Order: sequence, then structure tokens, then C-alpha cells
Amino acid sequence: MKEYALILISTILVNNYVLVKFLGLCPFMGVSRKLETAMGMGLATTFVLTLSSICSYLTDHYLLMPLGLEYLRTIAFILVIAVVVQFTEMVVHKTSPVLYQALGIYLPLITTNCAVLAAALLNVQARHDFIASALYGFGAAVGFSLVMILFAALRERIVVADVPVHFRGPAITLITAGLMSLAFMGFAGLVRG
Amino acid sequence: MFVAAIALGLLAGASGLLLGFAAVRFKVEGDPIVEKIDALLPQTQCGQCGFAGCRPYAEAIAAGEADINQCPPGGENGVVALAELLGRDPKPLNPENGTEKPKMLAVIDEQNCIGCTLCIQACPVDAILGAAKHMHTVIAKECTGCELCLPPCPVDCIQMQPVTPSISTWKWTYPVAEVKTQSAAAEAAV
Repeated sequence: MKEYALILISTILVNNYVLVKFLGLCPFMGVSRKLETAMGMGLATTFVLTLSSICSYLTDHYLLMPLGLEYLRTIAFILVIAVVVQFTEMVVHKTSPVLYQALGIYLPLITTNCAVLAAALLNVQARHDFIASALYGFGAAVGFSLVMILFAALRERIVVADVPVHFRGPAITLITAGLMSLAFMGFAGLVRG
Repeated sequence: MFVAAIALGLLAGASGLLLGFAAVRFKVEGDPIVEKIDALLPQTQCGQCGFAGCRPYAEAIAAGEADINQCPPGGENGVVALAELLGRDPKPLNPENGTEKPKMLAVIDEQNCIGCTLCIQACPVDAILGAAKHMHTVIAKECTGCELCLPPCPVDCIQMQPVTPSISTWKWTYPVAEVKTQSAAAEAAV
């Protein structure tokens, strides 16, 4: 139990995907202009990351490892993730229009996100078991959502702030992201070992 | 090597079958009335109706948010066709959206084009070809005559020219039906 709690804390705060591992920066910069879109993106990412962690674990454990094909992990994971996301999108579109409107365009966007592939590959590297894999993916996504929402809230305030001319636009955004990253590095001392 | 190829092939094949099955099994039917309205609109994507294109306008009509007389390129004939489809009374075009004009074609004066790509970005149907600092030109077959490329051009080198019927494009004119409006009917009664 303690191990699972540690995985969650570690992925959400200490090894945050965006601010410490620098994965998934593209949606972090691109979709964080408004709080609502950031929330939608966070929700969709949580959904996809958890699902893809589970599926890639199953693929790795029951297809690649027995056949000794570990070197095909990257391509097999990309394939599985893309299929799972596409399939879920179709099912959600058919069964739950409300959920589809909330996740909507973000689902296909995330398929090609590096954070999703990273979760699958890092799971294998850390030799996680099934539940740990799912938790690792879920924790990474929660960390991603947390940072997205914080950053979007910051950006909404920066828009109305009096920023010096030369720092306006992308410059102040990048500086903000850097400062946030510095702040998150402070969590490194939270869990020892 | 063969094991790898077969395993990956099987994985890909199974995924393809799954997705193919899902595409049929979980197919979502669009609103059929939107499709029908969209089919009647002229597809100029000009935005004169106040919506981003023909499809959004069709969706707005279906939802009851827009009236049927906001499409100048479709003209009176378009309004009559829409009224017939939706079982409403035809009415004259709303002058706020513009007036009906003969079909025009955008032509770029290639001598003066500076290759700024602004018209390419404005074109809703991707009918302008060209690259930065290279001369642009209009694909006549694709141009819908929406005039959206005129305002962004910094050197005013785009002109609208009426489409002259050639041997390959000539066709019989549509039968013209007089649209009776309420005010016209009232005048006639007086």
C-alpha cells in the first residue's frame, strides 16, 4: 500500500512530467491559454494516460516478453496507444455525447503526445507490476492536469498584468513556466530514496 | 526476425480489424436535416450569413438560430429551395447580409503580386496557390467568388471578374419563379 502511495506522490509532485521531466510541453504551452480548455485537456489526458499505461503493460507482458521482442517496445506501444485512443473515442462518441463534448477534440491530440509514450516506456524501465503501472500513468496524468490548471490560471492573470513590452507574449509565458519548474524542483526533497 | 515481423503484423492486423469493426458498430449518425440544408447551400464559404461557413449556417438553421434568407450567393432560388425543404414561407433576402450578384471569379494580377500569402490564408476553400515571395494564382475551378481574399491584399492586385460561360460551362438558365412576399401581396391587393 505504502509503495502505491509513494508512486502517486512521486509522479504528481516530485517527478512531475511537465515541470521536472519536461514531457508534454506542447499541450502545456498550447492549450493553457484558458482555464476551461486546460481542464478539458487535463481530463482527457488523465483518461488516456491511465488507459494506455494499462494497455501497454498488457502488450509488453503478454506479447513482447514471451516472444523475446523487447526491442519492439516503442513501435508496439505507439500502435497500441493510437488504437486504444481511437477506439475509446468512437465508443465515447456513440455512448456518451456529454463526455464526448467535454473531451472532444483533445482525445486524438493526446495520442501523439510524448508524455503518453513516456509513461508506457518508463513503466517498463521501472519494472512496475499491473497496478503500479496503472497508478503510475494515473499519477503522471494528475500531475500534468494539476500543472496545466495552475499554469492556465497564471496565464489568465498575466494577460491583464502590466508586463514590460519586450517580455509580452510568449516570452513571459516561458519565463513563468521556468519559474514554476524551479518551484516544483523544491519537491525533490519530499520523498527520500 | 520472422517472429518479430509476424507478431507486429498480427498486432497491427488485429488493431485494424478492431477499429474497422468499431467504425461500423459505433457509427454516429449526424443530424440528417443539417446534411440536407448543407447540400442546398452554395458552398462558397463566404461568411456573409454571419457564420463561419456553409456548414455552421446549416447547423444554425436546423437549430432555429438563423433565418433562411441570409445567404446572398444562394440568391432567391436558394431561399425558395430552403423554404420548400423546411416547409416555411419563402421570404426575400435579408439586405443586411448582402445582395445577390452574378457569380464572380477572383483573378490575381500576377505582375503586381508580391507573394505575401495573405490571400492564401483568407481563402476558405484553398483555391489560391503560391508560396512566400512567389507569385500566387487562383485555381479557377475551385474559386467560389466569395471575395474574402480582396481585403487582405496589400497591393490590391486581386480583381473579381464575372464568369463568362464557355463551351464547357454553358448551361440552360434556371426557370425563374417570382417570389411573392407579404408586402408585395398586400400592395397587389390594394
